[in-house]
Amino acid sequence: MSIALTGPKLGRMRAALWFTTLLLSTLCADVSAAADVLRIGNGPEPETLDPHRVEGVSAGNIVRDLFEGLTAVGDDGSAIPAAARSWEVSDDGRVYRFHLRDDLRWSNGDTVVAADFVFGLQRSVTPDTGSSFARMFEPVRNAAAIIDGRLPAHRLGVQAVDARTLQVTLDAPTPALPGMLAHPSAFPVHRASLSAHGSGFARPGRLVSNGAYRLAGWVVQSHVELERNPHYRAAAAIPWVRYLVTEDIHAELQRFRAGELDITYEIPPLQAARIRREYPGALRIAPYLGVYYYGLNLTRAPFAGKPALRQALSMVIDRQVLADKVLHGLALPAWSFVPPGMHALEAPRPDWQDWTPTRRQAEALRLYRQAGYGDERPLEVEIRYNTHESHRRVATVVAAMWRQALGVRTRLVNEEFKVFLHKRRLRRETQAFRAAWMADFNDPMSFLGILHSEHGKNDSGWVDAGFDAALMRAAATAEPAVRANLLAAAERRILDDVPVIPLYFYVSKHLVAPRVRGWRDNPLDYHYSKDLALDRAPGDR
Amino acid sequence: MALFLLRRTIAGLLTLLALLTLSFFLLRAAPGGPLDRERSLPPQIEAAIAAQYHLDEPLWRQYLRYTADVLRGDLGPSFQYDGYRVIDLIAAGLPASLLLGALALLVAVPPGVVLGFAAAQRPGGWRDRIIALFSVAGVSVPNFVVAPLLVLVFAVSLAWLPAGGWRDGSGQDLVLPVIALALPQLAYVARLARAGMIEALAAPFMLTARAKGLPPRLLLWRHAWRPALLPVLSYLGPAAAGLMTGSVVVEQIFGIPGIGRHFVQGALNRDYTLVLGVVLLYGALIVVFNLLVDVLYGLLDPRLRPS
Repeated sequence: MSIALTGPKLGRMRAALWFTTLLLSTLCADVSAAADVLRIGNGPEPETLDPHRVEGVSAGNIVRDLFEGLTAVGDDGSAIPAAARSWEVSDDGRVYRFHLRDDLRWSNGDTVVAADFVFGLQRSVTPDTGSSFARMFEPVRNAAAIIDGRLPAHRLGVQAVDARTLQVTLDAPTPALPGMLAHPSAFPVHRASLSAHGSGFARPGRLVSNGAYRLAGWVVQSHVELERNPHYRAAAAIPWVRYLVTEDIHAELQRFRAGELDITYEIPPLQAARIRREYPGALRIAPYLGVYYYGLNLTRAPFAGKPALRQALSMVIDRQVLADKVLHGLALPAWSFVPPGMHALEAPRPDWQDWTPTRRQAEALRLYRQAGYGDERPLEVEIRYNTHESHRRVATVVAAMWRQALGVRTRLVNEEFKVFLHKRRLRRETQAFRAAWMADFNDPMSFLGILHSEHGKNDSGWVDAGFDAALMRAAATAEPAVRANLLAAAERRILDDVPVIPLYFYVSKHLVAPRVRGWRDNPLDYHYSKDLALDRAPGDR
Repeated sequence: MALFLLRRTIAGLLTLLALLTLSFFLLRAAPGGPLDRERSLPPQIEAAIAAQYHLDEPLWRQYLRYTADVLRGDLGPSFQYDGYRVIDLIAAGLPASLLLGALALLVAVPPGVVLGFAAAQRPGGWRDRIIALFSVAGVSVPNFVVAPLLVLVFAVSLAWLPAGGWRDGSGQDLVLPVIALALPQLAYVARLARAGMIEALAAPFMLTARAKGLPPRLLLWRHAWRPALLPVLSYLGPAAAGLMTGSVVVEQIFGIPGIGRHFVQGALNRDYTLVLGVVLLYGALIVVFNLLVDVLYGLLDPRLRPS
């Protein structure tokens, strides 16, 4: 349709149009990004940049760029040398010696010495520090007693033999130790700035770090900006890294599409198919060491003392449908508690995994009836989860599967996150509840440990002597094959007694712009910015 | 006038104290606390953190401690943002929220008033209907729909403006968030102004003015606009306070470092001090703006002058 305009009217319109264009072009002058800045969508605001108080994934990502541990995580998820150039372990597996590189410096030019790492580990297990990961170091001599407040921190089994040598003494052989030391809670901190600034030392203008980057700026709820640390032993290829708060995954995707982000924190599951079409080369999906499961409260009805019922409920859940249809392929079906591909364990599977659906259903029904339920007396159960669209979808589908196969009547209960956590921990109201766990280091113990009868995260209240004993013996042996067998036996106990129903394993899911070079998928989803580079190809924004 | 201001100030302070008390105990009544986390803490460590934040004391003592701190101007440490004081967080976020809110008010109120008055000139006419359509749409389509649409059109498709981000309030970062914030306000103000004007035009003094033969334009722009603005004005107090303390949705979608998110995120994290801090700020702004509105009332309508 066209409208003929003539005379002064047209002139006025033209002028208005020109003015608008002019205005917009001045406003838009700076949309494109500097070629030297890596812009990473980083999910929620980091709670802190103090490596020993870091809890969430977002803060961990930034802290791994700011600091360097004795070890780092390599492409296959195993520990590789970082601040330590090498290490050796005694024959009984209980004493590790780490040899530091010669050219280690803090971002203010001070030399990094072994005592800095000793101090970092001591601080991590001190109760007053409030580290969420202190427990990870329990295999280190005296760590448990320090965490409980029975011994002072300097009694920790970590010594600086000299300025470049660090010795860790363990109560039990712990092959995962080098991997644990890649975690932020094992990082060193600069003692002088900590004592000068106290808990506020991890702020711009104060933070002294030993990684490839140093803290340049931090605007709460907007971004954290890092610049290349000139004192780091090998200059990083990218001079600036900006971690942006991207709480809204849809908004994050739009910002990626607009060329404002180089890497996204995740992708919206409902748009997975479209993203696959639109950005086939940029979408990176890789197995991630995390499991999503339903815990069953074993301290009260209906699950207390009913392993057959628990097994029946687990058997009739079609994990493949969950992963492919409900989660749009952004998950892997979980038949075990420990994800496949972890070091030191070929995870056992339940026997019924490969059965035909008919056979599985018949057996489940038999177990269900054996537990005293049936058409006349169906099981009535609650699935409790924290309010979230994705949890609701999973619970709805699981409830439908239970109903169809066994006639179970399920009530879905959603709660605000903190209320949910509180109730889950108390075990007074919960029946079946949503839970998830991500590995802190690449070892089956990182998963199996949380179901130990005394672990604070054992919200099922599962107490199984066989399981606990298998874990204790696995922790005490220095023989890899024996250890693997014991860990497999522990997993087998979970599959037989079903204190939890594993549903799916997480995948890491990022969009990575074509101009980013050097991105490598790995099972812990650790990506060090120092290992990345930026193309300066024309047309990139 | 001085007495009026003094009385209102004292009443305002008492209101804030009541607000503080109520919010403090309501927050604590919610199940779950800052130490309930996905990753449970060993008991000794949990006790150490609780002691650092005085969470181990009886509630009444925590209340007294907090109130005393507030009276000294200290809003306490944040539970969620380690090493930050609440006052730092508010100081860091307030400029962005104030700037956005003030711009949104500027963009919303004058055009809203003009549109409303224009619509009121001939109620039921075509102009009124078009404006009504626009204002109903503006009021009822929520921010979380408008904002992504704006991003899709102006950032992703046309690439004229950034999809989000905040570089010290550079001009282009402001455009889309301000529009998203202002649109519903504009629509609402238009409705209020229309209703106010229709009522004012029907008032007896207008009948007198019309009987004197004054032309319609003069009637409207000299005599009717003052009383017609009263409903808009009374809405402006809370609206300004609301806009200037930020919007959760707009901040989240555009990645703006304002304080709007602290209300929601703070409550979800059980960051008691942070929530109380922003609630007190919001309350104080409402008190101040309402006082301002009452003073303006007197200027617009002599009958409402405090005596």
